[in-house]
Amino acid sequence: MDVIKEDQVLDCSGMLCPMPVVKASKAIKTLEVGQVLKMVATDPGAPPDMEAWSRQTGNELLRSMQEDGKFVFFIRRTK
Amino acid sequence: MSKSDPNAPKRLALIASKGTLDWAYPPFILASAAGAMGWEVGIFFTFYGLTLLKPQLTAAVTPVGNPAMPMKMPFGPESFQNINWPIPQLIMSNVPGFNALATTLMKQTFENKGVASIEEMRQVCVEMDVRLIGCQMTMDVFGFKREDFIKECEIGGAATFLEYAADADVQLFV
Repeated sequence: MDVIKEDQVLDCSGMLCPMPVVKASKAIKTLEVGQVLKMVATDPGAPPDMEAWSRQTGNELLRSMQEDGKFVFFIRRTK
Repeated sequence: MSKSDPNAPKRLALIASKGTLDWAYPPFILASAAGAMGWEVGIFFTFYGLTLLKPQLTAAVTPVGNPAMPMKMPFGPESFQNINWPIPQLIMSNVPGFNALATTLMKQTFENKGVASIEEMRQVCVEMDVRLIGCQMTMDVFGFKREDFIKECEIGGAATFLEYAADADVQLFV
């Protein structure tokens, strides 16, 4: 798998719904269009929620994966 | 912005009618999640839900008349925390201070599990410009004044909410 270079990291470990999407939406607004946010979460609800969030906001979910028992997302700000 | 505008964001219209700690969560969770997705959100706080607009939140929970509520302890080893204590309704309703105890235990459990507090959730909604509408009729009935509620809310009636909800994509009653 290609390595995705992130511009900012957001750790949402230990947080439950809806804080991962709330924090992600705040963080993505601090990036420039085209930049990538790496978000880490432990909430098992985060993968489907981040996919829905990506579809609703239009920000591109480049990758959703598991790493060291955590859920990791790479999101590109699109607008 | 009305729905006739193709560029208008999606809109969520919620009614928050309950003021207990357990039922305070759904409207604030849904509102903040919708706000995070770029939706426009409005919540109409009516009847007991109106108390969720007070500056100091005192929302409590009662296991009495709430038989599906799990009774769990927020401390000790995990096997202990996972025990669902089978306390009869008759006992819970007769022990003084039981609601206060249940409220403390639920708040602690939520905090341990990583759920934000109602205060935090409400602040997130305020920062997202969620429209918070307090029910005028409920204020009149219970004798509340405008200054009893946070300055970020507005006061309105059924027509105010319905006009907003008419153009919403999702409308829910909690």
